[in-house]
Amino acid sequence: MNRVHMRVLLYAALLLLGVAGPWLFPSYIGQMGDLWLFIVFALTWDLCGGQMGYNSFGNVFFLGLGMYGCVVTQVGLFHSVSQYTAARGGSAEFEFNALQWLTGLLVGLPVGALVALVGAVVFGALILAMRGHYFAICTLGLGIAAGELASGWQWIGAGSGMTTPLPPDSLGDTNVLLYYLAFGLAAINFAIFRWLYTTRFGLAINAIRDDEEKAEAMGLRTTRIKVTAWAIGAVFLGFAGGILGNFKAFIDPIDVAFSGATFGVWMILMAMLGGKGTLWGPVIGAVVFQFTKELFWTYLLGWQRVALGLLIVLIVVFFPTGILGWLREHFPERFGRGADEPSPPNGVEPTTEGRA
Amino acid sequence: MSVMLEVRNVSKSFGGVRANRDVSLSVPQGGIVGLIGPNGSGKTTLFSSIVGYHPIDSGSIRFEGRELSRLRVPQIAREGLLRTFQQTRIYGEMTCTENMIISADLRRSGVLDLFRPYTRSMRDRAHELLEFVGLYEKRRLQAGSLSFGQQKLLEFAMALMNEPKMLMLDEPTAGINPTLINGLIDRLKRANAEYGVTLFVIEHNMRVIMDLVDHVYCLAHGEMLADGTPGEVQNDPRVLDAYLGAH
Repeated sequence: MNRVHMRVLLYAALLLLGVAGPWLFPSYIGQMGDLWLFIVFALTWDLCGGQMGYNSFGNVFFLGLGMYGCVVTQVGLFHSVSQYTAARGGSAEFEFNALQWLTGLLVGLPVGALVALVGAVVFGALILAMRGHYFAICTLGLGIAAGELASGWQWIGAGSGMTTPLPPDSLGDTNVLLYYLAFGLAAINFAIFRWLYTTRFGLAINAIRDDEEKAEAMGLRTTRIKVTAWAIGAVFLGFAGGILGNFKAFIDPIDVAFSGATFGVWMILMAMLGGKGTLWGPVIGAVVFQFTKELFWTYLLGWQRVALGLLIVLIVVFFPTGILGWLREHFPERFGRGADEPSPPNGVEPTTEGRA
Repeated sequence: MSVMLEVRNVSKSFGGVRANRDVSLSVPQGGIVGLIGPNGSGKTTLFSSIVGYHPIDSGSIRFEGRELSRLRVPQIAREGLLRTFQQTRIYGEMTCTENMIISADLRRSGVLDLFRPYTRSMRDRAHELLEFVGLYEKRRLQAGSLSFGQQKLLEFAMALMNEPKMLMLDEPTAGINPTLINGLIDRLKRANAEYGVTLFVIEHNMRVIMDLVDHVYCLAHGEMLADGTPGEVQNDPRVLDAYLGAH
């Protein structure tokens, strides 16, 4: 069985798992939905952090923007947002019928993504002018500042947060719908990034990672390329934020929307665990991370955060290049560079020649 | 021959250090011009001024009649004036072929054009130029794993891939073993003759200067000391003094 067959089989298995998930494991819909969203988190973080060399600690900024953008649209289409937040959601006067609820979600998700996109373009040009540690610190501040601002803004519920519209009973279990949205988003995200890394844009962000000054000297429009990359990540994170907000049903500005201490760190951890700067690394990292996290939360309750911290230390010390990086070093013929890239047009040449 | 690059009365200071004082020179289209001078005489500063790394204090730099001194680095590169670095710079974690493909000419394309997969002809051109510098066999290796000399050759090939009108090379033969130097001189001459690239070369190795260039300028203490054919400059007593320390 050659590599192409293997790949087709792998994609088919994943697709089947994704589609049949809710029937196979009906009691784990929430965890599996989270997993698909985590894959989006890791992929989008890796676009800038791994492929472009810009380590961002503030990607939760886009997640939160998407989340608030979505829920405000969901509510605002049919009711007054300020009255809704003043009543702390749930009260009976804010009922949504099936059509309203679905319309709100379908309009809200793209609006959330759009808000995240605007945020990325506005702040990207400023923040991406900084390099290395300065960029990292600045993005950290961006996420924290956004959380603080959101918890002071009465219109969106300030520190008491916001509940997402309650789906009417007639719709049944909307978690299944959200699950499929999450799965669809992850699949589209992966497909688009897979294509993206075969274009010259993919090479351009790699060039910026390796030597930005050289890239400029060769005439690349580095600022535009960097902002574009950040914005692409932001759009997917914006969609993910809208879905996640509805999954959680309650949006706390600091613990859910702009949660640097959980999602913000996990994004980076998943990408590093799987292998920074690769296509499959973030996916593998997200899967492994979600399983270990759930196991820790189930069997080590009370110590789960200690265990997670220990995991981070172990990854950094023993697998600095991540799972995929480790596999590439030890099994270059199977996982070497080129294994997850389309074969060259004249595919007769060995793809791992001389690489150890 | 028409003048391609014209530097007029350029001065540049860093704090109290006057790195370039009132420097003027010109490079004709299609020519090969050299720039020599003792260490610290301001050669690299002049190169950096020309390609826009820092603003100059006074003077003017014109490339094909267009003033460059207000443009930024990538803009100047897209005008067709490219430089290579003294400390060789390549994209270390990418393969040689990838290094070449991302270096291809971007003058007429915007960011959106980057979203097209690269074409077969682009890859063929990359391989052709890698063959030209003798790195075809290494095309799938990570560029960072090449030896220093090979990285210099790769950087040269990347510059050619960009199809510049003029290429400024900062010590192209430094750190390359003597037998490879002849091959490099030959390739520089061929790039000039076959691809029509004007060359402007900083070099310490006088043998390279004698073999390669038509005209040479000598900087000392930031000022233009002498210029002429390599033979003239080599025998100029002021140049000998500058190198041997009579000042």
